[in-house]
Amino acid sequence: MKEAYINAKILDPEKNEEYVGDIVIEKDKIIDVGPNIYKKDKSKSYKNIHDCKNLFITPGLVDMRVSLGEPGSEHKENIKSGCKAAFAGGITTLVCLPNTDPVIDNVSVAEYIQKRAKEVSKINLYTYGSLTKNFDGKNLCEMGLLSKAGVKGFTDATKSVENSAVLKRALEYSKAFDSLIIQFPEDKNLANDGVMNEGEISTRLGLAGIPSIAEVITIERDLRLVEATDARYHISCVSTAKSVEVIRNAKKKGLKFTCDTSPQYFTLNEMAVEDYRTFAKVSPPLRTEKDRVAIVNGLKDGTIDAIQSDHSPQDEDNKRLPFNHAEKGIIGLETLLPLSLELYHNKSLSLLDVIKKLTKNPADILNLDHGTLSKGSKADLLIFDPNKPFVINVKNFKSKSKNSPFDKKPSQGKVIKTICSGEVSYAA
Amino acid sequence: MKPLKDSKHTLLRPHLLSVEDLSIPEVEILLNKANFYADANRQKGKIEKTLKELTIITLFFETSTRTKTSFELAAKRLGADSIGINATTSAIKKGETLIDTAMTLNAMHADILIVRHPDSGAVKLLSKKVNCAVINAGDGRHEHPTQALLDALTIKRNKNKIKGLNIAICGDVLHSRVARSNILLLSKLGARIRIIAPPTLVPKSIENLGVEVFNNMEKGLIDCDIVMMLRLQTERMKGLYVPSTREYFKFFGLDHKKLKNAKKDALIMHPGPINRGIEIDSALADNLDRSVIHQQVEIGVAVRMACLEMLTVGIDK
Repeated sequence: MKEAYINAKILDPEKNEEYVGDIVIEKDKIIDVGPNIYKKDKSKSYKNIHDCKNLFITPGLVDMRVSLGEPGSEHKENIKSGCKAAFAGGITTLVCLPNTDPVIDNVSVAEYIQKRAKEVSKINLYTYGSLTKNFDGKNLCEMGLLSKAGVKGFTDATKSVENSAVLKRALEYSKAFDSLIIQFPEDKNLANDGVMNEGEISTRLGLAGIPSIAEVITIERDLRLVEATDARYHISCVSTAKSVEVIRNAKKKGLKFTCDTSPQYFTLNEMAVEDYRTFAKVSPPLRTEKDRVAIVNGLKDGTIDAIQSDHSPQDEDNKRLPFNHAEKGIIGLETLLPLSLELYHNKSLSLLDVIKKLTKNPADILNLDHGTLSKGSKADLLIFDPNKPFVINVKNFKSKSKNSPFDKKPSQGKVIKTICSGEVSYAA
Repeated sequence: MKPLKDSKHTLLRPHLLSVEDLSIPEVEILLNKANFYADANRQKGKIEKTLKELTIITLFFETSTRTKTSFELAAKRLGADSIGINATTSAIKKGETLIDTAMTLNAMHADILIVRHPDSGAVKLLSKKVNCAVINAGDGRHEHPTQALLDALTIKRNKNKIKGLNIAICGDVLHSRVARSNILLLSKLGARIRIIAPPTLVPKSIENLGVEVFNNMEKGLIDCDIVMMLRLQTERMKGLYVPSTREYFKFFGLDHKKLKNAKKDALIMHPGPINRGIEIDSALADNLDRSVIHQQVEIGVAVRMACLEMLTVGIDK
């Protein structure tokens, strides 16, 4: 039996269109989409008709950087709680980092996680594999076998691949399997024992700083290697103005690669850690206001392709410590949409452009057939109201951990319904 | 010296955590009181036991002789019961978190807790969890407020003023909480502050705190009234920040020749402990005409007495 979502404002990131129309789904597929579909349909054999007047429908969000904590840190998050949180955030596809314990550096761990995910949730869950075995930075993982097991890319998660020869070999080897190499750019020696951005605030707080050049130096080196190898390469968590400038220039010259950022880098700056607020301790660190503005501009002109949540659950015990010892990370699944919508509300990006960076662009980077509303594709939908005001309250979050600096922040844009494989997975 | 303006008021805060949040009137209250104690300490029977029956705990997560003794002496002079917990060797070190420690201490009903910790911000974190007054005796690279107060009083007693003086802070500013507290306090009181250090030991954007930066000691010392030397934390250097202590002394160590660039009556200060022959020439450190290093220690006790008393004004004694 068919179901129809009618009179909705449809945002189609693939066709680059925004119009009032209907979406018809049957079982787990979209069978028709467009203006006046429901009216024109003579059969009227519908199980349910949902009037979505004044609401927007887009493909379910695709989050390309999530830490789920299972296996290894189930007290912080597990696959079940993480998937629930994702649905509450409008996300229907997520890719989790290999920073589990054990690390996803072999087929059995990758398969275990996929099996677990199928047991507990309908969500489209994929994983990355680590680029080097156990993140040792030296020995390459079995990229071929892991790719065959469904792994979507290779990354050392929150560690930068330091050794140029290792990265060069990884880029070369990845071409045999058309694999994506994802770098977390931070020069380890320059970052040293730093815990926040280096600058006036770190000087005032007496905390060791991470200079912003630690990021751009790695990016510049990597781009030379990408140029030499022509491999598929992606940069995660761009956070500095200099990085945006280097990426923009390289893309202008025609180099093919992609990059992303997460909401904290365009909504917050280093002032958020004043008074030693460990909930705003992240990696890479929050930068200056100048950097934040550059990230917004990078999103605006297409230099930055995608927005991900960098969901990093941490329990209170690991955050309520002296700043030097507190864990890094912010939970992001349930704030990804409202924080990204700030770009629309303050007129930096159009609504369609924001949605593209949360759906089609990440899906394209990863070669996934999600993030689309085309006929025959999977019925993964997000129904939301971009204007609805609300106050972020971590107590209501589905995520096991509550480490968010955005708690109590007045926000705009609420998920009304998340539909995954044709089923309602979340309803506000 | 000119008498300091007296005031009946007290501190506006329950804890003494940093110089940054002290107002100028609060600083004046503390310095006035400390100035009184600096004189009273030299005479018998002058000091009222205003802290009688109060319990003071010193909790040091980093080794210290001078500061810890100074606080304990200050507490005893005012009649308080003080005990010290050496947290570098105790069970606290073995995995107990700072918040657990705070809970334990709460149960002991101390009136003042004096804390030193190797991590910036840790003392503030602790202060949020305990129900007594907390004094920061040094947290990481962040602040050491009582050291800055004692330095300010030492300067005031020797020069009769602070406003308008040229004060050079020399050496490892990057790792120094003493430097941070002094920059904030002395510029608050109207002094002009210079930093003299090799570029690797100058914290990023320190100019934004209103200081002038010199990488050449001869130039930096010109016209200075006060030369404040910092300890080179040799254990942290490991050849990373300066190539050798020999080279460091040659260019950034204070000796008679370099001191000639400063004013004729310029005074030498040092928070201690001194590395003789690394940041300061040994004979110069002992030259009582120029060096006020021992005065700093003596005034330190008076300043800490003032801090203890001011923080307990509201406590029913």
